[in-house]
Amino acid sequence: MRSRRFQMFVSAIGLSIGLGLLAGAAADAVAQDKKTLRFIPHAGLRVTDPILTTAFMSRNHGYMIYDTLFSVDDKMQVKPQMVEKHEVSGDKLTYTFTLRDGLKFHDGAPVTSADVIASLARWGKNDTMGQKLFTYTKEWKEVDAKTFQLVLKEPYGLVLDSLGKPSSNVPFIMPARIAATPASQNVPEEIGSGPFRFIKGEFQPGVKVVYEKNPDYKPRSEPASNTSGGKVAKVDRVEWLTIADPQTAMNALLKGEVDIWEQPAFDLLPELKKSKDVDIRNLQPLGMNYMLRMNWLQPPLDNVKVRQAILHAIQQEDYLAAQVGDPEYYKVCGAIFGCSSPLATDAGAVGVKKANVAQAKKMLAESGYKGEKIVIMAPTDLNSINQLPLVTAPLIRAIGVNVEVQSMDWQTLVGRRAKMDPIDQGGWHIFHTAWGTADMMNPIANAGTKGLGKQGGFFGWTEDPVIEKLRDDYAREPDAAKQKAIAEAVQKRVYELVHYIPLGEYFQPSAIRKNVVGNLPSAAYVLWNIEKK
Amino acid sequence: MLRLVLSRLLAAIPVMGVVAIFVFLLLRLSPGDPAAILAGDTATPEIIAEIRADLGLDRPIPEQFVTWIGQLAQGDLGKSVLSKQPVTMMISQRVEPTMSLALTTLIFAIVVAVPMGILAAWKQGSWFDRGIMALSVAGFSIPVFVLGYIMVYVFSMKLDLFPAQGFASIRDGLPGFLERIALPTVTLSFIYIALFARITRTAMLEVLNEDYIRTAHAKGLKERVVLVKHALRNAAIPIVSVIGIGFALLIGGVVITETVFNIPGIGRLVVDAVLGRDYPIIQGVILVFSGVYVLINLAIDIAYVLLDPRIRY
Repeated sequence: MRSRRFQMFVSAIGLSIGLGLLAGAAADAVAQDKKTLRFIPHAGLRVTDPILTTAFMSRNHGYMIYDTLFSVDDKMQVKPQMVEKHEVSGDKLTYTFTLRDGLKFHDGAPVTSADVIASLARWGKNDTMGQKLFTYTKEWKEVDAKTFQLVLKEPYGLVLDSLGKPSSNVPFIMPARIAATPASQNVPEEIGSGPFRFIKGEFQPGVKVVYEKNPDYKPRSEPASNTSGGKVAKVDRVEWLTIADPQTAMNALLKGEVDIWEQPAFDLLPELKKSKDVDIRNLQPLGMNYMLRMNWLQPPLDNVKVRQAILHAIQQEDYLAAQVGDPEYYKVCGAIFGCSSPLATDAGAVGVKKANVAQAKKMLAESGYKGEKIVIMAPTDLNSINQLPLVTAPLIRAIGVNVEVQSMDWQTLVGRRAKMDPIDQGGWHIFHTAWGTADMMNPIANAGTKGLGKQGGFFGWTEDPVIEKLRDDYAREPDAAKQKAIAEAVQKRVYELVHYIPLGEYFQPSAIRKNVVGNLPSAAYVLWNIEKK
Repeated sequence: MLRLVLSRLLAAIPVMGVVAIFVFLLLRLSPGDPAAILAGDTATPEIIAEIRADLGLDRPIPEQFVTWIGQLAQGDLGKSVLSKQPVTMMISQRVEPTMSLALTTLIFAIVVAVPMGILAAWKQGSWFDRGIMALSVAGFSIPVFVLGYIMVYVFSMKLDLFPAQGFASIRDGLPGFLERIALPTVTLSFIYIALFARITRTAMLEVLNEDYIRTAHAKGLKERVVLVKHALRNAAIPIVSVIGIGFALLIGGVVITETVFNIPGIGRLVVDAVLGRDYPIIQGVILVFSGVYVLINLAIDIAYVLLDPRIRY
């Protein structure tokens, strides 16, 4: 009897210890899970150099591991980030910058003026605003380890806007030895001074990227706002997990296998909204913009009257309804620098709310158009823009244009749009694309307004000395009100010659588990300040 | 046997040489520009031209081919255009998920299908036989992605028995591996169960009418012994052939299952590389696969010899 009681006692003790251990292990797992953020990015990261490429994936990766001299707040005002203080000389030709104390790269080396100057030199080779800044630059001077100067050839109104630009290519700061890599090559190491460290051993291109909290990072004391303020990493580990199939991504989020889905497909949003565990949040207040770009080198689009006829034949609502669907996520507007940008205006806008088919037909008849075939390149595999060419085709066919839609994958389109050749040798007339407002919110950043033709213009090779002069005037002008007036003139010119046709703005919301808090609305996609409850 | 292995391996060299030339030329003639893809949407033509030169893509195609063959001769498959990682390493990272899925599918399909086929042949014309044949028609007819989504919906989203997606290495523990691989294995094996069951049934039916089977029955042997020892062994050649071909098809055809279940295997690596025009990865994977197919064929031939001593090469 005693023996049996003893056995029961021992069993009870054993069971209690076992349950206790299990509960402890479960609690550890939950605690560990709360410190790991799992994120489905909009595509797989392959290129880890945010200066080599303008791809948003690489930009967002850049924000994880690098820091910037300046950033922007939620009002798009430029704020110091790595910079402690800066001064501008009375003649506005010399900018003196001093770095904050305690800035360190992930390899333990301090961030110095030499690193900054080398990083900006590399950025200035590839980035549109960087290139412009460097044309006005006389020299960058290293004063001491923490102080450096920018000496200009003549006053330039966009120095801080350039250094604080929030989207591709962002002037991230790297160690000088890494920044010495030619701008046409991928950097050999991923070392920055940002809030997270890149874990190279766990990197699988296109599949998985792992970051860990940088324990040496010293956030600014100001609250986080857009890409500026205190970048506080509140989780120990961030995993980017690429899930190519939208249905699979939704299942993973609903089951709690991931925490954030950056860009859920619009058609799955109603299903996600039904979940009690998932929130739909708009973290991109600036939005994205669709655009239609024509090739000025190819007849008949070398004729401005044909381009104007096409401009009058289209209306934005058709595109937005077809591509986005829910009006909650789009906005009709004629602003070429983005409807949410400080330079937004409807000046000169045509065909925004309603097409004028009669006018379009009249203009086409007056243009001397003889029924030449117009080739529209249509990417079938890019869900974010694949409906746009299918809207353009019937709209311009309705005014009498002979249209041929050629279907291809996006990468074929990207290769083909670089061709200046005639149509029968692989050339093209029209393609559609989408840009973030942050990448086009002034005449310098917006490559679609370039008027350099074959000598450095964007695909479509718009050649327009007038717009180039306006862009230069904008760059030189230090006064914000006068800058806005010049930007308005640029917009009118874009509509007048049809540099490109804006097709409206849309907002790509994110799907996020409700226990994830602190996501920042931002011009990029940033993952600091986030914690799991 | 050794002569067979050596001669087949030597014969593989020209085969892979032809594959190498064909793949290289096909990729260079296809539209798309890795430099433009690498540079991103808003890059200027000048930057793209610089990147193209840096990648050596502005050089004449014969020169590019000679450079690539030179690398291959040293066992170097090159580096990814986009990520700059060695292709060998990228393939090795992705082989495990694909091989795991292919092997578990093959094993599961054989374990389920061969007994089903034997029993269907043994009970020819019965309800069991008709049921098996109806199931095999369904197995051939249901697209793998439809079945995959149904499996996830039922067993993951509704019953919460399995994760919805992802892969766990067997090195990180068998339970985790089985938990992740179970649904994709069952999904992918459906069509192979159908195929193997039908082939097994047909091969068994031919053998079961032979004189030596009748003799075995007359000797009073148990039905199980007759079926397995006498009938199945003699019916094995076509079954092994189909299983071998099935395995080769599996390795190359798992991409849809990999996508539905988010398994980072070779199939997805190739699709991503094709979409990104990452030439070295595409070339490397196709070369490796052609080598694997040669080895699978060799394994089938060796199996023939072992199963039927009358077969000579």
